[in-house]
Amino acid sequence: MAAANSLSLTSAFLPRHGFHGPSHNQNVQLSTQKDALEPHMSSRTFEFHWGKHHRAYVDNLNKQIDGTELDGKTLEDIILITYNKGSPLPAFNNAAQAWNHQFFWESMKPNGGGEPSGKLLELINRDFGSYDTFVKEFKAAAATQFGSGWAWLAYKPEDKKLALVKTPNAENPLVLGYTALLTIDVWEHAYYLDFQNRRPDYISIFMEKLVSWEAVSSRLKTATA
Amino acid sequence: MALRNLMTKKPFAGILTFRQQLRCVQTFSLPDLSYDYGALEPAISGEIMQLHHQKHHQTYITNYNNALQQLHDSINKGDSPTVAKLQGAIKFNGGGHINHSVFWKNLAPTREGGGEPPKGSLGSAIDTNFGSLEAVIQKMNAEGAALQGSGWVWLGLDKELKRLVIETTANQDPLVIKGPNLVPLLGIDVWEHAYYLQYKNVKPDYLKNIWKVMNWKYAAEVYEKECP
Repeated sequence: MAAANSLSLTSAFLPRHGFHGPSHNQNVQLSTQKDALEPHMSSRTFEFHWGKHHRAYVDNLNKQIDGTELDGKTLEDIILITYNKGSPLPAFNNAAQAWNHQFFWESMKPNGGGEPSGKLLELINRDFGSYDTFVKEFKAAAATQFGSGWAWLAYKPEDKKLALVKTPNAENPLVLGYTALLTIDVWEHAYYLDFQNRRPDYISIFMEKLVSWEAVSSRLKTATA
Repeated sequence: MALRNLMTKKPFAGILTFRQQLRCVQTFSLPDLSYDYGALEPAISGEIMQLHHQKHHQTYITNYNNALQQLHDSINKGDSPTVAKLQGAIKFNGGGHINHSVFWKNLAPTREGGGEPPKGSLGSAIDTNFGSLEAVIQKMNAEGAALQGSGWVWLGLDKELKRLVIETTANQDPLVIKGPNLVPLLGIDVWEHAYYLQYKNVKPDYLKNIWKVMNWKYAAEVYEKECP
């Protein structure tokens, strides 16, 4: 079983191997550090979001795939198979949400924020015009996802361009064949304890204080390797 | 030339010609609750009721009014792309206003009858259609718990077939989306904002407790009006 501080999404985080918390560069056992993202994301929020919501998706997925042909496949494969070209099978919701949440935790870090650099900034400038425009559009996408869902920065392998995607409920850009680079959870449970109805404030704090540009750059590097 | 300019000058803002007033869009406003925010405790906290009413419902109304104004303007200009683009915002925010307006009426403090089972024709219709009130509650709670994402669970009346139905709708889709003849009798908001501050992730507890403040009198009134 992989250590909780060195997760790889495609290999170690197989649902049947158990439940892991977020991993960060700091090599901290964040499963026990619920206050790591304070004050921008409260420990109370983290306790429920990671400890209840995310945990339930993983536990329920394990129950659903146990003894079936999905058992033993990677989480990404389970997602693509159960997406079933847009007519999702029962396990899709839990599989996709398990993946989405892991990806979300790994998109943040304590003392996050700042600005991207290097190749990532180059592509942002090329495909959005400027970093400021990207931020404006990302925030707008996150704010206007009606109902529950996610907003993403993704990389499209077919034309090698960055794209903003908003998805409802459990959907993610993997089902579109894109590589995810960054996400923000805009289900109400992600922000309600800290921000109540003020989703735009949550989105701003996420961009200013939580986002891990290192994680995003590293994902881009893998996607363009 | 100066005279011509005067003739074509637009009227001052706020002073509308009769014709212009006819073309104004009706604006909607937040309906009052007939009970205090804390009156539904302990089933639903006063904190939730206040946020839900003053922030969430008000925001749907504000955005609905804006979208309708933009729709009105784009219709007048013949701007079809904008007309089409606005449909999502109108359905979402208009639906939010419709749904929440019903919701406040289908809740009542226990001392004002909240939780009292329906009698009369609605009570009989429930037994005929579902077997018992317990069966209705169980089914609605099961559907509400199973709903993924945001949405509503409804007890509705098909006014053509004179039959009761239990349906769910996603996001802020009103019940009529599921069938043009469907009339909502009771709706339960299962968006997380409806319960999270009090019940956190335990949606089933919210669903169990909301029946203690369910205003069956309202549901019976609507039913009797459609099925006299």
